[in-house]
Amino acid sequence: MKYVYFPGCSLKSSGMQYEKSLLSVFKKLNVTVEEIEDWNCCGATNYMSINETYAIGITARNLALAEKQGGDEIIAPCAACYMGLLKTQNYVSSDPEIRQNVCKELTKTGLSCQFKIKIRHPLDLLVNIIGIDAIKNAVTNPLKGLKVANYYGCQLIRPISTFDDVYNPQTMDKIAKALGAQTIDWPLKTRCCSGSMTSTMPDIGARMNFEILKDAKSRGAEVVLTACPLCQFNLECFQGKISRQFRENIKMPVMYFTQLMGIAFGIKEKELGLHQMLSPALELSL
Amino acid sequence: MKSNTNDLLTRGLEIKLEADLDKDFGKKIAKIAHGEKLFGCIQCGNCSAACPLSVWMDYTPRKIIAMVRAGFRDEVLSNRTIWLCASCYQCTVECPKGIKITDVMYALKREAIVNKIYPKNFPVPILAKAFFNEVKRTGRINEATLLLSYYWRYNIFKMLSYSTLGLKLFLKGRLSIFERGMKNKRDFKKLLHEEA
Repeated sequence: MKYVYFPGCSLKSSGMQYEKSLLSVFKKLNVTVEEIEDWNCCGATNYMSINETYAIGITARNLALAEKQGGDEIIAPCAACYMGLLKTQNYVSSDPEIRQNVCKELTKTGLSCQFKIKIRHPLDLLVNIIGIDAIKNAVTNPLKGLKVANYYGCQLIRPISTFDDVYNPQTMDKIAKALGAQTIDWPLKTRCCSGSMTSTMPDIGARMNFEILKDAKSRGAEVVLTACPLCQFNLECFQGKISRQFRENIKMPVMYFTQLMGIAFGIKEKELGLHQMLSPALELSL
Repeated sequence: MKSNTNDLLTRGLEIKLEADLDKDFGKKIAKIAHGEKLFGCIQCGNCSAACPLSVWMDYTPRKIIAMVRAGFRDEVLSNRTIWLCASCYQCTVECPKGIKITDVMYALKREAIVNKIYPKNFPVPILAKAFFNEVKRTGRINEATLLLSYYWRYNIFKMLSYSTLGLKLFLKGRLSIFERGMKNKRDFKKLLHEEA
């Protein structure tokens, strides 16, 4: 099985700790991935808001490149990229007219696509293919009951994705438990983090993130885990603003699930990007 | 008779004559959103109840669907509500009639952009356009230049409130001023130039 990897823009900039930790964890578990060559942005939610033809076209280019590289499956760690790729594949396979148009567009750039490649999120890969036992075996530094709130956010698990439950997803919980941690049950695990609204409507964004963090905290969580670079960024980087706006000290480590896996696997801090965090994530590794 | 958006926001809906409604609007949106199920809406309000942003909306998702079907074209398209949809798909999951409400919202946003009646000086469409252009230009998103072009169009002074956060991220190596664009921009642009 050849896995090709679609990092997306965030994993190369503000979410680079996700890439670092993901690749380190994959290496530890003997999963080899090859980055899609010359990939482009998935368009996120903005391309769909402005022009559907373009949104489908640019995502289809990534699918075509992945096929050209001989990939059997695409690994897409960012929730928006993952959803965007799935959505394009769905559109194309359910509507012959869209398919024809997209193929015509791709031909102009010398590409072709069968749209048969499987799109997978790392959570799906780790739990359903690599397996919980392999993860347990790689643990050298068990987390001894660390209380973890697993935050899945929105696009990762709904509505096209099928690898986990839309109301009560469990894949991240299973991984955390395999690392020796304790997981908390909370209703906000799939609540939207407001996406880019932390920049456009800062007061609304802060309120939505405050509710999530506060609920996790009040249920005794010591760390919030995420699987999406935008969720991670919102929950981590605006804690100062949130604390000021709601006059409540919200200080909570928010990290990628792969970083916590790396800590349990005994991988060095730098290889997990822990030194690049703004929340007190580093304290957990000591 | 076109209603003024600002009036609508402050005074609520004005009386509208049946003859002034755009009767084909619902059909058009259903077609753009690939969703003829739009007409099966039973107005149960599950979408509005599930929506984490509906408390900030002028019209809730349920109302938007009713208005689309009835033909309140200008009121829907010029409103801020559709731009408050964060695409979290919670409404789509909850809809008992299988209506893809998030996709309807996308269709409405696109229709508002095409007809140039999206709310002016409202930050969400400004960011969406800045994002769109940034990708068109370089193929990938660089957060620093994206935010710069967004605040340049929206309100450059608002950027100052983020300077501390920006500096922290820069020092941690998570924000770069250098573009990490793609190589084959020429072919990529071909995908975007067809109906520009």
